[in-house]
Amino acid sequence: MTDFLGAVESVLVKYSLVTAFAFVGTIVWLSYVASQRITKGRLHGSAIAILIGLLLAYVGGKVSGGEKGLADIPCLAGLGVMGGAMLRDLAIVATAFGVRLDEFLKTGISGVVSLLAGVLVSFFVGAIVAYGFGYRDAISMTTIGGGAATYIVGPVTGAALGASSEVKALSIAAGLIKSILVMTLTPLAAKWIGLDNPRSALIFGGLMGTTSGVAGGLAATDERLVPYGAMTATFYTGLGCLLGPSLVFFVIRMIVE
Amino acid sequence: MAIYGTALLSLCLLVGMIVGKLLGLAMGINANVGGVGIAMLLLIIISGRLQAAGRMLPPTKNGVLFWSAIYIPVVVAMSASQNVLAAVNGGAVAIAAGFVVVIVSFAMVPLVSRIGRSTGVDSLVETEDAASKGFDV
Repeated sequence: MTDFLGAVESVLVKYSLVTAFAFVGTIVWLSYVASQRITKGRLHGSAIAILIGLLLAYVGGKVSGGEKGLADIPCLAGLGVMGGAMLRDLAIVATAFGVRLDEFLKTGISGVVSLLAGVLVSFFVGAIVAYGFGYRDAISMTTIGGGAATYIVGPVTGAALGASSEVKALSIAAGLIKSILVMTLTPLAAKWIGLDNPRSALIFGGLMGTTSGVAGGLAATDERLVPYGAMTATFYTGLGCLLGPSLVFFVIRMIVE
Repeated sequence: MAIYGTALLSLCLLVGMIVGKLLGLAMGINANVGGVGIAMLLLIIISGRLQAAGRMLPPTKNGVLFWSAIYIPVVVAMSASQNVLAAVNGGAVAIAAGFVVVIVSFAMVPLVSRIGRSTGVDSLVETEDAASKGFDV
């Protein structure tokens, strides 16, 4: 029996990307069935699939003690490749195929406004929350504010300012929470915030900024909106890394010190 | 052949990421600035030109459309490989910061939408390509 299991496992590990295709396909299928049968189509199949993915990632983290959710389990390591930055970005770019150029360009100014507003508001909201929890020096406030932008902006800003590793870890956690909440709450909030056209999707991407959150949230809302949100979101982390350790830090330091 | 489409898509992504990386270097930050966005613009422009010239044959298109259709499964795999445990264990300040910023940012979508709204149509246009994307995944 152990020989049998060993043989199965060795194939699954060796062909881990193929295992991931089969595994994800099964999750997606079950989710679409559940969407139709249980929620009568009210909750989109992809939203259910993403939720299941996040739950499994939590379980995977518990079981393996690693940092990549379910992908730390050897036979499911292919999930890390399939859902990693490389294939994710390839798929996101592919969604732009067939989109008309003028649809991007006519949004122009509001895309820029949304990016600036998104980055600055995230920093300041995060910094205020940090202040409320007793992190009252400008470096910690800016770093946690960066985490409220994205989980990359936080540690990059913290490293540039010389924040403690505890604060940097907090900023990463804040960014992860943001990304998970954007993935799960977007389909629920879409109606209230008018997220049903390319223009608002572009603005949404600029305000949220978390690529994984926007990618998942829009996929679960309406797949056709993905390229618009992804377009602005892709500039967000760079802008945050640029403004965080400079302008934002100076302003926060001026206010608290 | 399908590989022509996939190769075009890959080249666009590579060029976009390299330009994004160089932009980051030029700004003195260790981050990719707009790589994916630049790649999307490249793909839209180049595939538009090829289409107008009649050189975008159906098999070539399928080499791009497959990746577009596999997008949601990729996102599901992405969600399954997130560090959810660390996020949940991050402590109250991380959860509060993440939660408040998402609510505030959601609320800002309609506000920013009002700025510079054009009189043009703001609706989703079902183009032929968008419709043919629907292998429905």
